[in-house]
Amino acid sequence: MISCREAVARLWAYLDRNLERLQEEELEEHLGLCRHCCGELEFARHIRALLRRSGEAAALPGETRARIEALIRELGGQR
Amino acid sequence: MAEAAGPALSYEACVRPHLDYLYGLAVRLCGKRTDAEDLLQDALLRAFRAFGTLRDREHPRRWLTRVLTSAFYDRVRVEMNDALHRSVGEDFDLFDKIAEEDPFPYSDRVHLDFLDLFDDAQILQVLQGLLPQYRVAVILACVYDFTAREIGAISGRPVGTVLSWLHRGRKQLERELWEYAVSHHLIARGEGDT
Repeated sequence: MISCREAVARLWAYLDRNLERLQEEELEEHLGLCRHCCGELEFARHIRALLRRSGEAAALPGETRARIEALIRELGGQR
Repeated sequence: MAEAAGPALSYEACVRPHLDYLYGLAVRLCGKRTDAEDLLQDALLRAFRAFGTLRDREHPRRWLTRVLTSAFYDRVRVEMNDALHRSVGEDFDLFDKIAEEDPFPYSDRVHLDFLDLFDDAQILQVLQGLLPQYRVAVILACVYDFTAREIGAISGRPVGTVLSWLHRGRKQLERELWEYAVSHHLIARGEGDT
């Protein structure tokens, strides 16, 4: 079985869907037996949720939107 | 990539539905709204100049991401080269650090309590502590679900490089979260021990 150190090193790649099949199976086997690494996995999920949430309120503010839309209209008009 | 069916979409019609997405990405990359607007304007100009090379106008999101990311890289090129001289602390593990330092001794959800310390603006600030190429990789993967292969295509780098950026970016993010919490006195313990 892979070590905790190796398992933790793979967690974000696992959540990113960037692991090869075998690497994924080895990690899942480890997670099935290791409470500590399951905790690390949950924690990684929460950090990622925090990152997702952090910019959600960043919709274009009204004035900025007006400036940007004017720009693309002007550029579009050049075609 | 397939050609769009029917009459090709105009620049304006192609770009407009993606403005909020591009602005959100720019805010996360730049941290400040004024810088984000500047980057977005730059990216839209570049997209206009290169619009003739866009083949799939029905699905321009990845192409627009590449244009904006490339404009961002041009702004931070010097900072990117710092990567050669900066250690990101490969051995740092935030989960273990929180357990060891135990900043919430009466809590049974100490790790979540730690993350609850941060509001959205503080997370954007913490992200600014990451090297730019790590920031791009982490944001595109974690927030927008791009795979390493897609990020490689967007950044013009091999997949192996992106995987390394993601790994090191995550390590740097964990360390930045801890250091931010300590230096801004969000937690009482850990001063001088990072």
